[in-house]
Amino acid sequence: MTAAALLTVEHLTMRFGGLVAIDDLSFAAADREITAIIGPNGAGKTTVFNCLTGFYKPTVGQLTLIRPGSEPALLERMEGFRIARAGVGRTFQNIRLFPAMSVLENLIVAQHNELMRASAFSIAGLLGLERYRAAEARALDRARFWLDRLGLTGVADRDAGGLPYGDQRRLEIARAMCNGPVLLCLDEPAAGLNRAESVALNELLREIRDTQNVGILLIEHDMNVVMGISDRIVVLDYGRKIAEGPPEAVRNDPTVIQAYLGEEEDADLRPEVAGELGRERRP
Amino acid sequence: MAYFLQQLINGVTLGSIYGLIAIGYTMVYGIIGMINFAHGEIYMIGAFLAVLCFSMLGMAGVTWVPLALVLVLLVAMVFTSAYGWAVERVAYRPLRGSQRLAALISAIGMSLVLQNYVLLTQGAGLKTLQPIVSGGFVVYDAPDFVVTLSYIQIIILVLTVVLMAAFASVIARTALGRAQRACEQDRGMALLLGIDVDRTISLTFVMGAGLAAVAGVMVALYYGVIDFFMGFIAGLKAFTAAVLGGIGSLPGAMLGGMLLGMVEAFWSGYFSVEYKDVAAFGILVLVLIFRPTGLLGQPEIEKV
Repeated sequence: MTAAALLTVEHLTMRFGGLVAIDDLSFAAADREITAIIGPNGAGKTTVFNCLTGFYKPTVGQLTLIRPGSEPALLERMEGFRIARAGVGRTFQNIRLFPAMSVLENLIVAQHNELMRASAFSIAGLLGLERYRAAEARALDRARFWLDRLGLTGVADRDAGGLPYGDQRRLEIARAMCNGPVLLCLDEPAAGLNRAESVALNELLREIRDTQNVGILLIEHDMNVVMGISDRIVVLDYGRKIAEGPPEAVRNDPTVIQAYLGEEEDADLRPEVAGELGRERRP
Repeated sequence: MAYFLQQLINGVTLGSIYGLIAIGYTMVYGIIGMINFAHGEIYMIGAFLAVLCFSMLGMAGVTWVPLALVLVLLVAMVFTSAYGWAVERVAYRPLRGSQRLAALISAIGMSLVLQNYVLLTQGAGLKTLQPIVSGGFVVYDAPDFVVTLSYIQIIILVLTVVLMAAFASVIARTALGRAQRACEQDRGMALLLGIDVDRTISLTFVMGAGLAAVAGVMVALYYGVIDFFMGFIAGLKAFTAAVLGGIGSLPGAMLGGMLLGMVEAFWSGYFSVEYKDVAAFGILVLVLIFRPTGLLGQPEIEKV
């Protein structure tokens, strides 16, 4: 743990009526690291993301985004679009591209704010002023960089909704990156991917971590992805944190194994097997 | 033949006006999925502003017609847009996220409020406007009928084409247009990309109201008579045009407006003027039966 904290979550609690979805959760995510949040179904992982991105207002707790060179942002007090502007990007378990826009436009629309500022609300854009054209060129460059990186240059003008599933997933990550985040929240990016695609995803996420100056927060069930690329893992069960640490430690933690399998006699399984087995199971 | 040509010219003129109003309906529907029934009243306010402005300019001694026209158009667009913005802010935004029916009722309420506001401040009588742009070309001089294209018709057509082209390019090419399309497809996701959705929606109302204002000014110039109730039927027709073309679709609104204008003109020309509305709304019924999504609308695909 050398990197500085990028996000701190303190005493986060989210209640829906009588249901406690998240119970007094505290953890930190570091810059240029991949922090995975794992746990059985219904453990509250996606709820954490929804609190982070402003879809829910937490019942209790403080979510702080610490960006070098500017004031810490208190996410729980901000409106949705301001959270995004502060630098939190997100992808969804069920892909949410703009299906009727071209692949390229999906990446350009993510850079809306820069363009809007440069265009003085479209007026400069209509007049074709120099400043706007420069901003537009920059946005295009960034979009092309990602298209090239993902091998999607050939389909740049196709509707995003018509892409194969695996490409849509990666495009969603690219779109989040075009938005210029400091914290990238990925909700099950490997869901529905085949083996080869999932390996390519690992590589992509590592590359983003190492070259793009962001911290990644990852929800994932695929243990190959989680164990392969995470720097740190937070384990949730019933909305509470039951373990936290580097992959090696979490993998061998008896509490984690028990939470995933729910039965004591299964605890003598090899942890990798236990992890695989318990993916979708819940007592 | 000559008579047919004349009706075609009249129909296209009327269709342009419907098209300009219909864009406001279709854009608002596209972005927030609601029918803004106060939009006809916004157009009516545009027409009243035109009459007021022309008489004020007359008093101020501005008699050069092109200058007066440009000034009136600008003033009407600015003020009408402010009304459009205010309607959204007051009557629709507080209801966002509640049931669709709530916003719809609020829209009908807003329509009544605006009608009665103009009734109170401007009176119930007809307002007339002296012909400002008169004259025209003789397009075709047949022995039994003379086809004319008046200057005001030319102004309406040219202005409509220019505005629609400008509008289409704003939607297709600018950051604002892209944000509008993003909000239309997935508002929650647009928010997560840092797009100020509320402001984008406000600007959509402002743009729609601006176009309705132009339609209002043009109608005041074309017919020379307006009253506080004119927005009701015009709004209904433009709404029909938007549905006809496929609500939510911009080219659809233009096409629907043109079609409706022509149906009305030909029906009035060949059958009876009294029943022209029957023809217009009859077409709507037929389209809804045989092509429920409208001519250019895309069928809604159920998301799994």
